[in-house]
Amino acid sequence: MKKFLMALLFAPLTVLASGGAHLDHWPGAVGDKAALQNGAKLFVNYCLNCHGASSLRYNKLTEIGLTEQQVKDNLMFTTDKIGEQMRVAARTDEQKLWFGAAPPDLTVISRARASEMGSGADWLYTYLRTFYRDEKRPTGWNNVVFENVGMPNPLWQLQGQQVLNHETHKLELAVPGQLSPAEFDKAVSDLVSFMVWMAEPQQEFRQRLGWFVLAFLAVLFVLAYALKKEYWKDIH
Amino acid sequence: MAGGKFEKYKSDGSIGGNALEWVDARFPATSLYKEHLSEYYAPKNFNFWYFFGSLALLVLVIQIVTGIFLVMHYKPDAALNASGVPVAFASVEYIMRDVPGGWIIRYMHSTGASAFFIVVYLHMFRGLLYGSYRKPRELTWLFGCGIFLVLMGEAFFGYLLPWGQMSFWGAQVIVNLFSAIPVIGNDLSLLIRGDFVVGDATLNRFFSFHVIAFPLILIGLVAAHILALHETGSNNPDGIEIKANKDENGIPRDGIPFHPYYTVKDIVGVVVFLMVFSAVMFFAPEGGGYFLEYNNFFPADPLKTPPHIAPVWYFTPYYSILRAMVWNFFGLPAKFWGVVGMGASVVIFAFLPWLDRSPVKSIRYRGPIYKTMLTLFVICFFILGYLGTQPPSPMGELVSQVCTLFYFGFFLGMPWWSRMDKFKPVPERVTMK
Amino acid sequence: MSNQGKMDCGRRRLIVATAAVGGAGAVAALVPFVSSLLPSERAKAAGAPVEADIGKLEAGQMMTVEWRGKPVWIINRSPEMLGTLPKLDGQVADPKSEVDMQPTYAQNETRSIKKEVMVVIGICTHLGCSPSSKFKAGAEEGMPADWLGGFLCPCHGSTFDFAGRVFKAKPAPTNLEVPPHVYLSDTRILIGEDKKGA
Repeated sequence: MKKFLMALLFAPLTVLASGGAHLDHWPGAVGDKAALQNGAKLFVNYCLNCHGASSLRYNKLTEIGLTEQQVKDNLMFTTDKIGEQMRVAARTDEQKLWFGAAPPDLTVISRARASEMGSGADWLYTYLRTFYRDEKRPTGWNNVVFENVGMPNPLWQLQGQQVLNHETHKLELAVPGQLSPAEFDKAVSDLVSFMVWMAEPQQEFRQRLGWFVLAFLAVLFVLAYALKKEYWKDIH
Repeated sequence: MAGGKFEKYKSDGSIGGNALEWVDARFPATSLYKEHLSEYYAPKNFNFWYFFGSLALLVLVIQIVTGIFLVMHYKPDAALNASGVPVAFASVEYIMRDVPGGWIIRYMHSTGASAFFIVVYLHMFRGLLYGSYRKPRELTWLFGCGIFLVLMGEAFFGYLLPWGQMSFWGAQVIVNLFSAIPVIGNDLSLLIRGDFVVGDATLNRFFSFHVIAFPLILIGLVAAHILALHETGSNNPDGIEIKANKDENGIPRDGIPFHPYYTVKDIVGVVVFLMVFSAVMFFAPEGGGYFLEYNNFFPADPLKTPPHIAPVWYFTPYYSILRAMVWNFFGLPAKFWGVVGMGASVVIFAFLPWLDRSPVKSIRYRGPIYKTMLTLFVICFFILGYLGTQPPSPMGELVSQVCTLFYFGFFLGMPWWSRMDKFKPVPERVTMK
Repeated sequence: MSNQGKMDCGRRRLIVATAAVGGAGAVAALVPFVSSLLPSERAKAAGAPVEADIGKLEAGQMMTVEWRGKPVWIINRSPEMLGTLPKLDGQVADPKSEVDMQPTYAQNETRSIKKEVMVVIGICTHLGCSPSSKFKAGAEEGMPADWLGGFLCPCHGSTFDFAGRVFKAKPAPTNLEVPPHVYLSDTRILIGEDKKGA
């Protein structure tokens, strides 16, 4: 009996056993058009070489405030048709041969990386900022959030190079990059903002529509309830 | 539906009246309307727990209609497209982005799947509260248990279709369970999968089951369920038979015609349900990771097992029971007994009409023993459900074993404990509590 | 029951109001379902305009490009081919292209923007077969002796001239369709759009 009660008491604590690094909270907000455009630029330049975003079409980028001409001029490197999908230039079966595993498609990565530890945005924001030099790895890079990841640091020119201090378990910037740490954090936040948008471009519209639907149903409820009461006053 | 039980319609001379008379001479239109709506006398004391039957029907319609439109764009193909993404997975994202209005239809269907189980569990719980399964309504209950079983299958087949990591590995694990059956197990698993591992063959046959086979069975069972109910008449929160007290016209004194009274009341229920449904659909379609699981946004990868596989939330209590059986018996492995346990935990509901030996039907007139047992059963069910979402642990295993014991004890001991209670006198007429 | 008329009235008004609002909601709920039947982004992208390069197309030659799943013929008409057109004014059903089978800029003698270059969809306006080219005059290719050159649809015998105009008394009711198109340069045609970047 005692064991049963103890089990009941402590069962909820098993949730803490899930492990994983602590995640920094993504500081951005959904709907910041300037951040989205900056993020789009970073994504196309630093990610699209290896990763695809194959469910997203280039013409969708007009929804973050760019004109078709801006998209065509600045963001389309592998195709000239704006209705095309953002596919990676390389062939994924060849990538599998070269890297062992093809770099995954990133269209919905921000939804896939959510967990009890934090949102997908939190995961991506922390992941992209916690690469550090590790000579034992074939790429020369390791990552605090994703241990022994097969991906090298795509943003090292902007961030610089970090190393992991094995005593304090903290990351230290050994070689500075083009951006200051604060600027780099902002750039990554913008990139994450784009990836959040990309995972579900209609998110804002969905929520706006939701308010209308609930308001409508509230009105319908009042009428339906009045109708019910009207009929049921005969019943005792 | 005996011929001549309800009078055929006599036209009032209007065009509509003439048309109806024409139809009535050839089809039991008025007869059906009267038997199942305007002259189906239901107890007047239905409460909150009686909304869930009509809501279950509503959700079934939602799932079918949204399903019809999803099938127009979804492709059940496990092969990788030019971008290395499985075609099936990519087709779901195609629906979400490239099909006008597709995202609404997809979210309606995914929210509807979870809503179906919430509504059905509450609907079944009403049965437990008021003894709806008791004589003479055993067949209604059995058809209902059949619906529940088929619904679990329908959900299981449907969940493979998005072809995400949870889809794939959940199916892999569950189909492998069948290999636990002695002698025929491995061949049976091969037959179900159509291949040595869950793959394109499995995806396509599950698509067929989910889209055509099981919905047809479901519709048939729902029709049978409602017909059986209407044959005996509905139960009510007081558990008394309203047909025992009829007025001079043969109409139960405590009965009211289903239409217009319960049609108009159920409309209110529908609107409230739609408010909750819409709130989830528009503001939290992922349901905190329970309605649309995060890991399912990774395309299926047969080479990478997720660190933590769990079934969708509505299966977790049974999954816990499966995992709780860890001992070998009679030379058969624990895996087999786990499957037996899981199956038994669902099927045992069907025996309720014969396990319950209480002289009264409704919880309102039963004593503290029943109320305690039912409360503990519900707590157990929730604990098992929660543990099913968590990775296995020694503490979790112990707790789920205790809960499984109580779960089966609740049913198997019922012939005895349901009799030994302090019962209250049952009223002659229904009470409008 | 006193006030019976009044109660029925109130009840009826509530029924009407609830039904009206509910009905409006039902119609609104239909919108995503009906919209989902419209061409998706994928269909629209696949139906996007197509560019054709006629730099190497010699006089008297024809090339075919695909647009929206249909063959589009581009013919570099020689002076002889162009010369046949006025002669056939009396033999074709719609010599002035009055029926709406071409954009306004192709509603002229040659049914084209540039006199020499014919852009036309190669699908017979009868039941959808693709006509064969019969460019040689006379009976050489199995045509009647007075044949001046054009197209013959093998399915039901409709014939068309070098401007895609249908001959009289043939199964096909109208001239061949001229798609919207625009010249990006002297040698590049964008088929599927009237204006660049529209």
